[in-house]
Amino acid sequence: MLKHIVKIQSQRQWVGTAAAAGLILLLVPLLNQFIAPDSFLHLPDYMVILLGKFLCYAMVAVAIDLIWGFTGILSLGHGVFFALGGYAMGMHLMRAMAGQGVYRSNLPDFMVFLDWHELPWFWQGFDMFWFALLMIVLVPAVLALVVGFFAFRSRITGVYFSILTQAMTYALMLLFFRNNTGFGGNNGLTDFKTLLGFSLQSPGTKLGLCMLSGVFLLIFYLICRFMTASKLGRVITAIRDAESRVQFSGYNSLYYKLFVWTLSAVICAIAGALYVPQVGIINPSEMAPANSIEMAIWVAVGGRGTLTGAIAGSFLVNGAKSWFTVAAPEMWLYFLGFLFILTTLFLPQGFIKMGGPLMHLCRRWAAWQKSRLDSHQKTAKSVPVRTSSER
Amino acid sequence: MSPIGSILKEEHKVGVDTSHRTLLYIENVTVTFDGFKALDDLSLYVDDGALHCIIGPNGAGKTTLLDVITGRTRPDRGKITFGQWMELIGRREDQIARMGIGRKFQKPTVFENHTLFENLELALKTDKRVWNSLFGQLSRGDRERIDEVVELIGLKDHLSHRAGLLSHGQKQWLEIGMLLMQSPQLLLVDEPVAGMTPAEVAHSAELLTSLAGRHTVVVVEHDMAFVRSIAQRVTVLHEGRVLAEGSMDNVQNDPKVVEVYLGE
Repeated sequence: MLKHIVKIQSQRQWVGTAAAAGLILLLVPLLNQFIAPDSFLHLPDYMVILLGKFLCYAMVAVAIDLIWGFTGILSLGHGVFFALGGYAMGMHLMRAMAGQGVYRSNLPDFMVFLDWHELPWFWQGFDMFWFALLMIVLVPAVLALVVGFFAFRSRITGVYFSILTQAMTYALMLLFFRNNTGFGGNNGLTDFKTLLGFSLQSPGTKLGLCMLSGVFLLIFYLICRFMTASKLGRVITAIRDAESRVQFSGYNSLYYKLFVWTLSAVICAIAGALYVPQVGIINPSEMAPANSIEMAIWVAVGGRGTLTGAIAGSFLVNGAKSWFTVAAPEMWLYFLGFLFILTTLFLPQGFIKMGGPLMHLCRRWAAWQKSRLDSHQKTAKSVPVRTSSER
Repeated sequence: MSPIGSILKEEHKVGVDTSHRTLLYIENVTVTFDGFKALDDLSLYVDDGALHCIIGPNGAGKTTLLDVITGRTRPDRGKITFGQWMELIGRREDQIARMGIGRKFQKPTVFENHTLFENLELALKTDKRVWNSLFGQLSRGDRERIDEVVELIGLKDHLSHRAGLLSHGQKQWLEIGMLLMQSPQLLLVDEPVAGMTPAEVAHSAELLTSLAGRHTVVVVEHDMAFVRSIAQRVTVLHEGRVLAEGSMDNVQNDPKVVEVYLGE
């Protein structure tokens, strides 16, 4: 078994994985905690929070890559799974601070505000952390299973499936916007105090959550590597390329698609659950259709069908977003659109495969230079030859 | 003949009950698309081990017939039995494939981004459920079988190449190789020589004839010369019905057939 695990990626990729893991799990805490704040090597707390967010986004990118890049099913509704995981975590955080809200009530503040006197049934149990963890996985998994089962069984594919997932995220967003649904309406859940007794305001907790996000990203990356290196990986890419041949080869593609789709939803939900305590809020805008589209763009920009590409893409786009929202907020959407068009037209394989086209351009340029030089020499030499032959 | 024998002699012992020497019973099958009868009360029997050709002009219902057998299209009426007792209608494509019916499409359909080895590996007869695909490994016997089949279809040198790089004819053979990996009892082959050079056609004829006997092969084809070179038994379809059946010579001299098809 160990032999097969070692073989899921090349030696070079293992070195890269170990280096990235070391960077996040060793170097980041070192620079944040043990370097004096006035040193230029010091990593400020806000950078740790930002990195933690990015690591969650990277998990989402891996999840989308699995279902889109490898299986060929474009989901434009992964924001829902992200938000559901986030809400489940948020509900636990709200219950963990019972009595410490503005109204000093045992109920979350928004329920007091709505004049509710009892905890609704679907909030029961969330005061227990293990129950919240279970729900983080279970709720998105069940939603994905049900939606996926009916969609895949009816052989809904391609753009129709994408539209379906957009409708799903939009419908759930509207549902969560209602105050009466019981998740805090458009304000969502916020003002969290502690997670398992650790203060969410303290930089130490933030650093811990950031590193935990790094650990989960590493785990999900390796799981996905294992899957795509196994025969299952070859079956799902075969489904992407020629589904009917897969079926006539005796595979029930429904179960394969359902498995990957549900796993992808669960990864996304766990990312959402790690994200919420780091940013301190979850509200229905996470389910906005545009949000899910942006997630797909991360993967498209980075490179579909390569896990490292998806991760790189999420860092690249979100890094640009962070920079733009400070420097030129009104330009951000233009830039995102431009980036997407650029990728679609010139880098359909994503930035991770930029090496190929770049090398090609270099070679073309070199060849052009050489031919120009050659023709120069040739014309210089050939003039007398031609005149002699004509004579 | 000998390499095929070594691969295939084992398989024939298992499989469906063919004690009445007929492998496939197609009885009174009717398929309509928006009122158009693609198959009209069609009955057809395929003998075990035969090389059976189905010919007919465009729109005669040849491909629809294969769709019905393999579970892609559900007929309005009729009954299809594999062996003595296995009902096919109502089953899914993948179930029918696992029962031992392999199908080659009209347009060669292979996994272009996978290597030849991976194409054959994916087709291999084995547990095809999700869990086994995730954790299963190829045995030594599986690898040997892939080697044998790739030799049989004459693509040994390309084993580690991407299937997308193969020529049209080579893709057709790879697809036949993928069917063989499934160890099917019945092979349904839709237009195996469309777009092939004469040399490739000759190779295909040799390949298909060598498979008959060990497998039952049903070939749907347009190319009359090719059909004449391989067929033991020919069925002519016309407007969703059987127009004539018998040996190639009988069929060719049948006045009805001459009128609708060969006389053109």
